[in-house]
Amino acid sequence: MINSQTVLESKKITVEFSGFKAISNLDFKVTNNKVHFLIGPNGAGKTTLLDVICGKTQVSQGKVVYMEDQNLVKLKDFKIVHIGISRKFQTPSIFQNLTVYENLIIALKQDKGLWATITAKITKNQQKDIDEMLQLTGLIDEKDQQAGALSHGQKQWLEIAMVLLQDPGLVLLDEPIAGMSKVERLKTGEMIREIAKDRTVLIVEHDMDFVKEYADIVTVMHEGKLLCQGSMEEIQNDPRVREVYLGRKED
Amino acid sequence: MGKIMNQSIFNKKNLLLLGFIVLLIAPLFLTDFRLNLLGKYLAFAILVIGLDLLWGYTGVLSLGHGIFFGIGAYAMGMYLKLEASGTTKLPDFMAWSGVQELPFIWVPFQNPILAIILGIFIPLMIALLLGLLTFRNRINGVYFTILSQALVVVVVTLFVGQQGLTGGTNGLTSFNTIFGFSLASTTTQTVIYLITAAVLAIVYFASKVLINGRLGQVLIGIRDGENRLRFLGYDPAIFKTFIYALSAGIAGLAGMLFVLQVGIISPTMMGIIPSIEMVLWVALGGRGTLIGPVIGAILVNWAKTSFSESYPDIWLYFLGLMFVIVVVFLPDGLMGLFKKFQKRWSGLHDKQPDSARVEKNYS
Repeated sequence: MINSQTVLESKKITVEFSGFKAISNLDFKVTNNKVHFLIGPNGAGKTTLLDVICGKTQVSQGKVVYMEDQNLVKLKDFKIVHIGISRKFQTPSIFQNLTVYENLIIALKQDKGLWATITAKITKNQQKDIDEMLQLTGLIDEKDQQAGALSHGQKQWLEIAMVLLQDPGLVLLDEPIAGMSKVERLKTGEMIREIAKDRTVLIVEHDMDFVKEYADIVTVMHEGKLLCQGSMEEIQNDPRVREVYLGRKED
Repeated sequence: MGKIMNQSIFNKKNLLLLGFIVLLIAPLFLTDFRLNLLGKYLAFAILVIGLDLLWGYTGVLSLGHGIFFGIGAYAMGMYLKLEASGTTKLPDFMAWSGVQELPFIWVPFQNPILAIILGIFIPLMIALLLGLLTFRNRINGVYFTILSQALVVVVVTLFVGQQGLTGGTNGLTSFNTIFGFSLASTTTQTVIYLITAAVLAIVYFASKVLINGRLGQVLIGIRDGENRLRFLGYDPAIFKTFIYALSAGIAGLAGMLFVLQVGIISPTMMGIIPSIEMVLWVALGGRGTLIGPVIGAILVNWAKTSFSESYPDIWLYFLGLMFVIVVVFLPDGLMGLFKKFQKRWSGLHDKQPDSARVEKNYS
């Protein structure tokens, strides 16, 4: 592995929704090839942070830098995807009326302009990538089924596969195991490990057992600020975290 | 199962071909009057293909396609009017309004080729401009639909108000010849009918090719989850603008063929009511399938003619009833009904789980 390199860095970002500061003055770093978890009580600003990174929400102040030279704050959402940041949303958002295969096809990394789309033909390499994803997600038999007919877990995996087909350097996952069964969680965890081999994964998650199992680094957020960052062990032993988060649970 | 599917595709192709052949030989067994009516229906059928690309596939509901249709029709009408008036004289209505000289916007329409190009190009450009302004600023859904209605009001008011330029509420009529051929002659009308049928086939197949490619999937993606598509790296605004402009161009083309066969175009034919009717044809035939709206347009207009002939007093009630039945009982239109029966016949519905029926999101 290359020695740790900063993939994403937020510099003093503030996000305000009509006076309410969802994120205030946040400095935050993500290093490469890690499974990085983002935890914190409700309203801590985790999802808002993902929204800022992928361009869904505008910051009031500060900037977010990707790969040390791209300022994401100025880019449009669909262009952020082009430079290598892909996101999976909280609720499975796949295209219900397209087949599994068609969902994967439109996700492929390629020129996504109008003319390129009209004339697009699938290449051998792309076909190979899609087959790989069907393998990884175990959706081979459902390939030609309408995606809307998949189970909840399968939809989540399909969306993860769509994110991966864009060959991103940074993957953002928002509560990927919400509503999943035990078996499905296990499979998702394995997928995340597989994914993190050659890219960085930033995950918002509430399930502490899951975080414990798969996290390389954990960041705790509280009321729009960064509380602390470290390994799961360090986090668990931090008295501040106990106070705002774990402690509240034990009371 | 693969075999069954292959067969059904084969059947579909054959049915389409059969339908087209029937349209081609229609001049042999229809009276001139009926043929002329059928030609009018086919012009509407061309229009609804564009409207379906926009609404059925992309999920953008425009209640303003009447004006694109109308502008196309006016472009052709202006050429016909100028040819009817001879090279030296002004069109009759201009003289009545006291216009002395041919207005400059009429000048290009002296050339038929230029008139045809402009008949497609002007609607296309208007849609392109409006599309860029609205979709880029993420004005979507019902807000766009309201805007499209406002556009109709603006354009129709403009056309009615500019009596000397457009013929006002009377519109353009009493045409004589096209390319020197008499519009009243049976041969000319038959040729125009055949051209209309050919244009319908071309527009249909071109749209089919477009939809079967990657673009079709992206458009359905916009319809079902525009935000998701944006986060896959597509810019939905560009795609929506393209389809909007394309459908406007197709509407203009349809308008030109309409005026050639009906012989008149006036502001009432491009107003709010026709604009909404067009959308109903799409809904009745089945949005999101290309053939459905074509059948819908022909069927509804045929029904309109026959009801109004047989029951002149109450035909509007029939029409209203037809729409209510479709909206309440056939949300996917006639094609949805057809597919249901097809499934039942082939017994395929046993193999498909209930969850396979997926809700569609239309705005």
